[in-house]
Amino acid sequence: MPTPLIEVKNLTKTYKNAIAVNGISFSIPAGICFGLLGPNGAGKTTTIEIIEGILQATSGEILYKGRPRDASFQEDVGIQLQHTALFSFLTVRETLATFQKLYRQSADLDNILALCNLGEIGHQYNDRISGGQRQRLLLALALINDPQLLFLDEPSTGMDPQARRNLWDIVHHIKSEGRTIVLTTHYMEEAEYLCDDIAIMDHGSIMDRGTLSDLLQRHCNENSGQPYCEPNLENVFLRLTGRQLRD
Amino acid sequence: MNFKRLWAMFTARNLEFLRDRAAFGWNFLFPFLVIVGFGMVFGGKSFQENKVGVFPCANPVIQPDQLNLPEGFRQAKYVDFIGFENLDQGLVRLQHHKIDMLIQQGDPPYRYWISDSSPRGYLMEKFLMASLISGQDALPAEKQVIQGREIRYIDWLFPGILGMNMMFSALWGVGYVVVRYRKNGVLRRLKATPLTAFEYLAAQMLSRIFLLMFTLIVVWFGCDMLFSFHVEGRYVNLLIVFFIGSLSLTSMGLILAARGTSEEFTSGVLNFISWPMMFLSEVWFSIEGAPHWIKAVSQAFPLTHLLTAVRMIMNDGAGLADIASHLIVLTAMTLTGLVASAFLFSWND
Repeated sequence: MPTPLIEVKNLTKTYKNAIAVNGISFSIPAGICFGLLGPNGAGKTTTIEIIEGILQATSGEILYKGRPRDASFQEDVGIQLQHTALFSFLTVRETLATFQKLYRQSADLDNILALCNLGEIGHQYNDRISGGQRQRLLLALALINDPQLLFLDEPSTGMDPQARRNLWDIVHHIKSEGRTIVLTTHYMEEAEYLCDDIAIMDHGSIMDRGTLSDLLQRHCNENSGQPYCEPNLENVFLRLTGRQLRD
Repeated sequence: MNFKRLWAMFTARNLEFLRDRAAFGWNFLFPFLVIVGFGMVFGGKSFQENKVGVFPCANPVIQPDQLNLPEGFRQAKYVDFIGFENLDQGLVRLQHHKIDMLIQQGDPPYRYWISDSSPRGYLMEKFLMASLISGQDALPAEKQVIQGREIRYIDWLFPGILGMNMMFSALWGVGYVVVRYRKNGVLRRLKATPLTAFEYLAAQMLSRIFLLMFTLIVVWFGCDMLFSFHVEGRYVNLLIVFFIGSLSLTSMGLILAARGTSEEFTSGVLNFISWPMMFLSEVWFSIEGAPHWIKAVSQAFPLTHLLTAVRMIMNDGAGLADIASHLIVLTAMTLTGLVASAFLFSWND
């Protein structure tokens, strides 16, 4: 059995009076799009940011290619954060060029601009572009070091349907190049469209994990012993995480 | 340390600053306007001239020769006479310490008013008394004049304004900006790259020093064209002192930048540091004669050592050996600031 690209073992993150991540374990094989779903406050972003190395875990272990992560991990991965700002008074192209210089290995700038449909706004300042363009710029930044492992934390939040579909096409293209993607999202159709493997989190724990058909089979099946529901990911999600309001 | 990454951050920060026209322009304009303003308003003299109100006068601007006052008094140097129509107008100004003495012109006996709490008023009173004594009764004394070039007040003030601008630029341009970056998530994004904290901080520091030195040179030449500042010592020594001083002030900004996500709190801390530093480091006036503990506190500020060294070079022709102690203190402060900020630095909130 090949070594997973990422292996998370008993990962826990606690804050003063709260457990954000509660001893979860999972592994991600290379070359798939792994989706991490959950309501607000489920622990998705905390989990992903610990794996990225932005946050420190309280306990647990994370292995990259079978070994603990070292300084070279940041060279290998591309990261799109959920909340971030960029340098003011720098154009889209200059911002990408700046980040390009932070890595030993880098992708071709023009190719990245073309892939993310940013060519026409390359000369515009970061703070003068639309929400959809900004999300595509953040994706382009995550791709600037030509990573084999990509973390996308709610990449389509705030986008209109056209922009979201465009982003999906880009991510689909990236996936077709054999890269591994770890994606968090609130959009069920996004996960259905892009993810090969889906884990649903709530209260810091993984409630279930599998392919879309596995999840549908387990939770929206007439033989599951539960009331009938339309077989889609949203119903699986609601069955696992409940219907109470989360903020 | 990776110089490619450092250079990328250095360039990005410089572009940000140079393209922010308001901040960029103000950085040059502020010290220039202060110097030009002082030069025009006070003609290069100290603004601490003695002010005597005289009434009744129809016009506030008066010629001392036209006043009906003792000749020795009205011909005195460094006394500004300001006219008031009546006693009430003058008394209001005296009570608010806008003038040091109020006197009624006319024939003797002269009536005058001073505030008991005003040291300058006391001196003006003694001066008035002295001018009333006839020449025959005066005790003999010989006047001795200081030899050498006169140092104008603006010559003394100029390094102070430059230093103050450097201080504000270093503290706010580094401390405040990095806290803002931490708050809005720029630092988190950079942490997701191979960039190290040391590389990031070093780039911030070098960028600010580059901009400070650039500003210094432009403002210096601009003001020098108007006021012809005289430098007794060597320009290269001035440049060295300003460079080490800007390092020291920037490293202080880095300590403030190391932690914190609240711009409001950081702003308060910056004011808490910069205002005492501005007053105690002799930007505007000398603290000669101040209590010993105030002088001791002033030595804790890098700006004090920077300005003392610069004034020694400009006005006394001091060499590097003469100002070595100040350079050593500034260097020590720089190293302390760098080590402390690298140790304390946090990317996250």
